[in-house]
Amino acid sequence: MTTPKPWTNWDAPAERWLLSGFPRDIRERSILLELATRIIFPTVLVLSIYLLFAGHDRPGGGFSGGLVAGQAFALRYLAGGRMDDSAIISLRPPVLIGVGLTLAIATGFVPLLFGQEVLESAIYKFTVPVLGKIKFVTSLILDTGVYVLIVGVVLDLLRTLGSGVETDAAAAAREQES
Amino acid sequence: MLALVAVHVLVALVLPVIAHRSTRAAFIVAALPPVAGLVWLLTSTGFVLGGQEHVEVVPWAPQLSLELTFRLDPLAFLLGLLVTGVGAAVLIYSISYFQQGSAAAKRSGALLLLFAGVMLGLVLSDDLITLYVFWELTTICSFLLVGQAGISRESRRSALQALMITIFGGLLMLLGFVVLGEMAGTYRISELVASPPEGAWMPVAALLILMGAFTKSAQMPFHNWLPAAMVAPTPISAYLHAASMVKAGVFLVARLAPVFLDVPEWRVSAVALGVITMVIGGWRALREHDLKRLLAYGTVSQLGFLMVLFSAGTRVSAMAGATLLLAHGLFKATSFLVVGIVDHNTGTRDIRELSGIARRMPWLAVVAVLAAASMAGIPPTLGFVAKEAAFEAFAHPHALDLVVLAGLVLGSVFTVGYSFRFLWGTFGDKTGVPATSAKPLDAVLFVPTAIPSVAGFALGIGYPFADNAAAGYADEIGETSYHLGLWHGFGAPLVCTLIALVGGSVLQYYRAGVSKARDDLPAGPDAQHGYERIMAALERAAVGVTGRSQAGSLPTYVGIILVTVILVPGGALLQAAHVPRDLRLYDNLLQIPLAICVLVAALGVLRAQRRLTAVLMVGVIGYGIGGLFVVDGAPDLALAQFLVETLTLIAFVFVLRRLPARFTQGDVSWNLRWPKALVAGTCGVFMAVAALIFSEIRQAPPVASHEFIARSEEGAGATNVVNAILVDFRAFDTVGEISVLAVAATGVASLVLASRFDRRKRSGSSRVQPSGEPVAASALNRGSSSSAFEAEATESAQASESPAAQRPSSEGNTSAKPPSVAPDSADRPSSEQEAQE
Repeated sequence: MTTPKPWTNWDAPAERWLLSGFPRDIRERSILLELATRIIFPTVLVLSIYLLFAGHDRPGGGFSGGLVAGQAFALRYLAGGRMDDSAIISLRPPVLIGVGLTLAIATGFVPLLFGQEVLESAIYKFTVPVLGKIKFVTSLILDTGVYVLIVGVVLDLLRTLGSGVETDAAAAAREQES
Repeated sequence: MLALVAVHVLVALVLPVIAHRSTRAAFIVAALPPVAGLVWLLTSTGFVLGGQEHVEVVPWAPQLSLELTFRLDPLAFLLGLLVTGVGAAVLIYSISYFQQGSAAAKRSGALLLLFAGVMLGLVLSDDLITLYVFWELTTICSFLLVGQAGISRESRRSALQALMITIFGGLLMLLGFVVLGEMAGTYRISELVASPPEGAWMPVAALLILMGAFTKSAQMPFHNWLPAAMVAPTPISAYLHAASMVKAGVFLVARLAPVFLDVPEWRVSAVALGVITMVIGGWRALREHDLKRLLAYGTVSQLGFLMVLFSAGTRVSAMAGATLLLAHGLFKATSFLVVGIVDHNTGTRDIRELSGIARRMPWLAVVAVLAAASMAGIPPTLGFVAKEAAFEAFAHPHALDLVVLAGLVLGSVFTVGYSFRFLWGTFGDKTGVPATSAKPLDAVLFVPTAIPSVAGFALGIGYPFADNAAAGYADEIGETSYHLGLWHGFGAPLVCTLIALVGGSVLQYYRAGVSKARDDLPAGPDAQHGYERIMAALERAAVGVTGRSQAGSLPTYVGIILVTVILVPGGALLQAAHVPRDLRLYDNLLQIPLAICVLVAALGVLRAQRRLTAVLMVGVIGYGIGGLFVVDGAPDLALAQFLVETLTLIAFVFVLRRLPARFTQGDVSWNLRWPKALVAGTCGVFMAVAALIFSEIRQAPPVASHEFIARSEEGAGATNVVNAILVDFRAFDTVGEISVLAVAATGVASLVLASRFDRRKRSGSSRVQPSGEPVAASALNRGSSSSAFEAEATESAQASESPAAQRPSSEGNTSAKPPSVAPDSADRPSSEQEAQE
């Protein structure tokens, strides 16, 4: 058992993001934005997943969901700058893009195993005790692939046009000083 | 037969795994499929020589009437023996030749086996398209085997040259195949042979196909890739560039000779070029000091000889050709492998440095003498048998025949000359040269070397075997009662042989005089030089076209696109469209404020002085259009529009950090301002009018949309029809689109990362850094000393750097964001860079 936290530390952050220890220059920082980001970020991610699942019957889908998730990361980048791109490093945008594309294409071939056509979808309906009736359509996997790929693309954008350009500017400035 | 080819390819695919553990084991495993092929061929000897044929047809793409067709007939049998037999010998030889565990060994084992497989496929194929596929596969294998690791400039250059020349010929040949196949209505070679098509296009087909054969079989003036390819390890030269691959060209000529019997263009061009190649190749071989290059020019010469024999179109010449095909493969394989052993054990293959090898490796000398005897045509070798038949074929009192005969005899004199030169250069004692030290002979190297030459000797004595096989092929050409033999009585052929032997001996005896004579001769046109000039001209042309079409100016590109849009679809619209009826001003009151909002923002973009303002205004336009979607009842579209708009805005703002804050029109573009405005305005008006007209001219209700809506519930399990279309009805489109997105994202990332400031600095100071490398490497790869190209490449590299030089200065203008340099940021970005890479 871990020792119980003193009540003064109950609201201490458990996650390190946006608290990397390398804050931006004070002139570029907005504490309010950082705080808001820390609060909003998980919520936006949940929203993106909701959009992914809801897409079948309501507005949403993998594309919109992926964009929303990507914009959650964009918000984080806007708040933290390149000193806080831990998400990009740990998630590796090119890997995400590849995983998404592979997921979408590979599952497209699965129906062939059951004598169906490429990319054909099947519908499963079953009942779960608490949640009630659940409908699962296999095309959701394709949509998930799209979702992952879009997140990867947005993170790649943040990596190149975001931190990339920022690093570039810093290097150019150093060059001018010296 | 397909199974046999497939086994080669499959084993080649798993070979890297074995080679990872032990390259020796890999070569042993690699030798198994060719041995199996050899055994299969030998067991079907009686069957094939008895006049029967194996035929196998495998449908490939029936809708296009493409099929893989294989046929084992006497000609395929002969070359098949070489491909499998020499292949097995070379692979066993490689066990000892390549250093255990070296990268070259790991690479070469699999590639050699792959090559053996596709070459066997080429030999057995009975369909022009099948043959072409295998033909190009052998070219690719050759490229990879010659290029090896691509570390030395010479190997890259040679590999590329071989690839360029043979692919050039191969494509022309494909064209010829298509002409021929379309004329005959079949691509099956056996059917073409049975009933050759006739028509005005036959000469065209003949010449196009010959181009493929000439380039592949290194005929003048395309021969120079072959000596250059000698940079490859010797087993590869022995197999690809002596015994098998270069035979593909003459094999094709032999295959199609019955089809083109009545086409004089075929015979005249091939015979003429063959004689010239034989004579010049032999002459060039006499002056080489590098043993491999000597043999390479010898191969060029012999290929010319084969070309003459196969294209002459008489039965005797065809028999001589088929026999020489086998004989040449056997003695040339041994010769190369001998050179390989000498090179491997002494460290040199230069004639001027080797001395006294015969005493150190007497058995090797015996084997080499057998091979050289066959090469020179000394009885009782197979080479002699073949040459007798060859001289017989042209020993007629007919002016043209006699000219060809004279050429062949001259070529044979040179052949004998360089055969002696090869023996003397490799094994002889040379005055003034100390005896070369050599490692002892290795059995694993020696046995595969000895087998082909002994076989050439044995088959000379046992000539009925070659006689049967050659006659089996030559019966397609014509009918005579000629038989191969060691003794045909005193006659013209024997006299020719004697002239060749005596002349060759004289050449060797007076070698000092010969070398002086050829140094005094004026240097003729050099094919290598010609190739380099053509390549340099191509590169200059490519740079010129790219420089003009890719001006690098965004206004120019956009202008061209917009003008095209106005002219082509706009012109069509003006011609065909009529004014739509019952136009409504609006459907919903909410559209009016949204439209006004969009229009005002559009005007704002035009008036904006600062980039940020313009970007925000464009964003407003996007959101406005998203609002219109909402009003029209398309929440899915609106959602996507808002999200994409937001992301675009963010991306724009990211980029704006490195651009000047204001649009710097300056004073240059005032003249262009009105034309630009005119083009932009016209295009905008066109888009608006087109949108109105196109939506009005719909004549029937959209069927697909109704079906989508009707079926989305039960078909895709979705009540949101947009999503049902995206992930089910049109899922294939979605997959295509996300693939494009993945490619585009990767491309953008590469561009941005490659042009980063710190990289540019590094590559500017020393040209070996990552971003500088592609330019430098490609310039090197072009081969040829095209200094013009390299100069231009450097120029363009500098040009691409110049904007970089301007950027820091423009940074001064923005001034709004003083860049933050945290104390440790110097380390961190670099480590993060590595993490990203």
